[in-house]
Amino acid sequence: MSAIPKIRMRDLHKRFGAKPVLDGVSAEIAAGESFVIIGGSGSGKSVTIKCILGLLHPDSGSIEIDGIETVGLHGRARDELMRKFGMLFQGGALFDSLRVWENVAFGLIQGRRMEAAKARERALETLAQVGLGADVGALWPAELSGGMQKRVALARAIAARPEIIFFDEPTTGLDPIMADVINDLIVKCVKELGATAVSITHDMHSARKIGDRMAMIYGGKLIWVGRTAEIDTTDNPYVQQFVHGRADGPIRMEVRG
Amino acid sequence: MNFVAGVGRLFLAFLWHTGHLAIFTAAALSHSVRPPIFGRLIVRQLIEIGYFSLPVVGLTAIFTGMVLALQSHTGFAGFAAESAVATVVVLSMTRELGPVLAGLMVAGRIGAAMAAEIGTMRVTEQIDALVTLSTNPYKYLVAPRVIAAVVALPLLVIVDDAIGVFGGFLVSVYNLGYNPSTYINSSWDALKTVDVLSGLVKAATFGFIIALMGCYNGYNSRGGAQGVGQATTNAVVSASILILTFDYVLTALFFNR
Ligand SMILES: Nc1ncnc2c1ncn2[C@@H]1O[C@H](COP(=O)(O)OP(=O)(O)OP(=O)(O)O)[C@@H](O)[C@H]1O
Ligand SMILES: [Mg+2]
Repeated sequence: MSAIPKIRMRDLHKRFGAKPVLDGVSAEIAAGESFVIIGGSGSGKSVTIKCILGLLHPDSGSIEIDGIETVGLHGRARDELMRKFGMLFQGGALFDSLRVWENVAFGLIQGRRMEAAKARERALETLAQVGLGADVGALWPAELSGGMQKRVALARAIAARPEIIFFDEPTTGLDPIMADVINDLIVKCVKELGATAVSITHDMHSARKIGDRMAMIYGGKLIWVGRTAEIDTTDNPYVQQFVHGRADGPIRMEVRG
Repeated sequence: MNFVAGVGRLFLAFLWHTGHLAIFTAAALSHSVRPPIFGRLIVRQLIEIGYFSLPVVGLTAIFTGMVLALQSHTGFAGFAAESAVATVVVLSMTRELGPVLAGLMVAGRIGAAMAAEIGTMRVTEQIDALVTLSTNPYKYLVAPRVIAAVVALPLLVIVDDAIGVFGGFLVSVYNLGYNPSTYINSSWDALKTVDVLSGLVKAATFGFIIALMGCYNGYNSRGGAQGVGQATTNAVVSASILILTFDYVLTALFFNR
């Protein structure tokens, strides 16, 4: 790989209080690649993504986007960078004071200064892509089911056609059919828009479908990185335990008892 | 030794919070005066803070004016009571009770609502979502509230002063049997520009304090519903204390030279 990676993380460290969450995360993600991070609950997957986005500041380490160091970036340079990103939050994080279509159009109107009528059209188009009709666009987020909120959040993340899209558990809380629709949609975004995707998931079916490469996070490090097909042939005991969902193995869940 | 360490820790925490608040205040101020300014959001907040506070603030004012007249009548019984009562009512209302009581009522109504709304946005990651959609939360959430509160409070206090003086007039004329035209003339003679002006400067300051405390506590709330509740309480308590503190400071500046 001679080209500059889209995202390069080197030796990221982050602790909350005395508790280290990231303890030397490193990875390189190529442009147009779909990268999936798997790992147990509370292992620091969301924290990793928030560090890349600049929502959290790593204690040490480096994050480069298109070869440019972004840790400590602020002001206009940070604004410029933010425009490359789209993010689907684990909890949806829809603005409950705005209607559904306004949520989806928000990044277009506020972030990119598109005029409202045009942004609305694009928002309704994007909603249709995630299987929601124009009637849903007029509702408030609180009037939607959990799965519908997830789809709206997905539409909001991709509406501005960002270069790099982060999906934090895109299929959790969806029925299997809708989950597969979302998987297809993510694949399509990456293929058609040429976007780079970084997804977090617990759902191995989804991970296999959307990922070109996968990484497993454990103990604050990416302990395994490989091509999607290799996940079934690796002899890494941590990965095997996670993929097969076995309670006994090297990974000790922190269960009190 | 432990005691000294405890005091030291407390002092450091105090310094940290003061610094943190100072940085927040500077950011809030600079985003309030620099374009782009979100006109529509300001108008919505103006209506919320100014218009919908009118009933509460008006009721407080009319009863305050009535009580002032009654109390000073018993105090000044016999001794040029008419002009004394009129003077006490009009000066107390415009200089002190108008702005302070309006400030405290609005702190309870609006400061709490701001902290709850922004706090909920914080704990549900809506503020993080704003950032990923290239929208500065200071610009979008804090600045409109600060601007609207600084504008709305003086307007509210003008109405409030008038209602309070009218309350005093009602009691004096219909209950205490004073001559209405003498009462109005004495009020008018007692009133100077600086009385009203100092009240309005106070009102604008209190508006700033209320919005700042509401936004600051909401913005920094942590950990779910409980954290939001805590932020709401802190916003009202800190705003109330600061209002009374700055009332003293401003009074000293205006009248104690
Ligand atoms: N803002 C924060 N303050 C303190 N601790 C935090 C914060 N954010 C995350 N943590 C801690 O960091 C650890 C990793 O959190 P993270 O959200 O990254 O987990 P995750 O891998 O995304 O898990 P899940 O699959 O359950 O979403 C957790 O133990 C969490 O308690
Ligand atoms: Mg997570």
